[in-house]
Amino acid sequence: MSKSIVMAREAIHISKPTIEKMAARRRTRQRRELVIESGLFLAALVSVAATLTILAVLLWESVGFFETVPLTDFLTDTLWTPLFDDAHYGILPLLAGTVVTSAVGLLVAIPVGTVSAIYLSEFASLRLRETIKPALELLGAVPTVVYGYFALLVVTPALQRLWPDLPGFNMLGPGIVIGIMILPLVISLSEDAMRAVPMVLREGSYAVGATRLQTAWRVVVPAATSGIVAAYVLGVSRAVGETMVVAIAAGQNPNLTWNPTEPAATITAYIVQVALGDLPHGSIGYQSIFAAGLVLAVMTFTFNMLGHFMRKRFREVY
Amino acid sequence: MLRRRKLMEAMFKAVGLCSLALAVGTLGLLFGALVVEGLERIDWQFLTSFPSRHAAQAGILPALVGSTLIMLVTSVVGIPLGVAAAIYLEEYARRTWVTELIEVTVTNLAGVPSIIFGLLALGLFVYIVGLGASILTAGLTLALLILPVVIVTTREAIRAIPVQIREAAYALGATKWQTVSHHVVPYSAAGILTGVILALSRAIGETAPIVTIGALTFIAFLPPAPVTAQPPYISFEWLMSPFTVMPIQMFAWVSRPGEDFASNAAAAGLLLVVMTLVMNGLAIYVRYRMRKRVAW
Repeated sequence: MSKSIVMAREAIHISKPTIEKMAARRRTRQRRELVIESGLFLAALVSVAATLTILAVLLWESVGFFETVPLTDFLTDTLWTPLFDDAHYGILPLLAGTVVTSAVGLLVAIPVGTVSAIYLSEFASLRLRETIKPALELLGAVPTVVYGYFALLVVTPALQRLWPDLPGFNMLGPGIVIGIMILPLVISLSEDAMRAVPMVLREGSYAVGATRLQTAWRVVVPAATSGIVAAYVLGVSRAVGETMVVAIAAGQNPNLTWNPTEPAATITAYIVQVALGDLPHGSIGYQSIFAAGLVLAVMTFTFNMLGHFMRKRFREVY
Repeated sequence: MLRRRKLMEAMFKAVGLCSLALAVGTLGLLFGALVVEGLERIDWQFLTSFPSRHAAQAGILPALVGSTLIMLVTSVVGIPLGVAAAIYLEEYARRTWVTELIEVTVTNLAGVPSIIFGLLALGLFVYIVGLGASILTAGLTLALLILPVVIVTTREAIRAIPVQIREAAYALGATKWQTVSHHVVPYSAAGILTGVILALSRAIGETAPIVTIGALTFIAFLPPAPVTAQPPYISFEWLMSPFTVMPIQMFAWVSRPGEDFASNAAAAGLLLVVMTLVMNGLAIYVRYRMRKRVAW
């Protein structure tokens, strides 16, 4: 013990037992701190564990699937009928359904979303923006099953009035509804990207005589391109993973077609269809939903990584 | 030339307003369609009856109870886990590869389609752990699903607390946990609450993962009551009970042909939408109040 501490102890009359008690208290406190930190760390690790478990479960059941089904059949066969006696396991029909519904969704969400975002970022008054943004959030919060109802019983009948030949189940109606569903995401991410464009660029453009519209189209949008494209990419990822709308309104028959007015099943709709039935654990039908899920997971993972990478890029430029 | 540009600008403004109106108008249209179809179906009988083959006698009692119990499990598991993870990432984590890994997986989980969480639960909770298609399985699945939302919003709320608050606490001899639990968490409570409400409002409407784990679409009984007449008076049997939830009940009705079931579906949808809108409205209100009351 250093001399000064001894002196200090004598000066304020702290007995040795008291000092030991204080040291003991400090030790308990430090131990408690350590326990708490470890607990918090474990909680943070749950997301790592969840990600790894998702991968493990999908891969494990898919390995079982691919022991029965050759990979070449899976990728090239044009029929998907795992539940029939004459079973075919070609993912193409489900993939086509997913691509067509997502493409219809994007055809709605990209033009409407981009124009809305430009308007909100460059033209709208503060008050309008403050009212619209919560409304968009609400639009994004509506449960997807309600959108499914909307696609089947409101949008499709409306389309049938324009197009009397349209079947009750088709990919057009749900595709449009998916587009509306991903609008809030596309609008808010692309608006963020445009607002990140520094004011000086706009001022420079005004200074050489450009109107607001010219500035928006030729200065702000090009400068925010990577952020806007990131918004589209993350929108695609959402559209590809969308389940209830297509399960309810697109019909559940796998159908290899690029025509949006036909009914077809998507990857997600197939998983729902199988889950609603009662397939025994370990059967090929049971394994097939994990193989389909793996394809879906790889697709969304790729889009998400691409989207986040591009979003990061637009942040770093300025 | 100038006049043409002005005209273009006016036209663009009109188009922009129209696109926004399309987005917001859809919300109105959706709500309107549900009200027209479903409002008159909602009465006491509808809220307190079991499903039935006859649309007019069917009700959503089991679905209401199921949704409530699952939200309970989800909150008890998901909120503490998410908040704890966020506290770790904001207050404790050092810049190591482990932290980096955690952050990447949180971002990634936020983008995983909900049906994949259903497959995870089907493979892990239902078969490997052996919980079956129970309330516990559904609650745990949704807890994992909302985890990224809770983590991200809690981190944002914590980050808004100025570093001086922490330094002041340290200067008075507080330990890290004392600083966090006495100051950082209470001051960011409103922000955390906003995130939690938003996360639960998302969970209550989730259908795909719950369908995937094999929830029943037609159920004519309630789970065992959590309170019993015999000691120890509390029973957790309900955790292992089969269940249905509101969105699945709606899905089952939408999938049945016939006008009557469609109006049942609309009524269930209206209840769901009102619930999520109320929760989101509450979250927006809490956030608004919070912004006005910032003390530093």
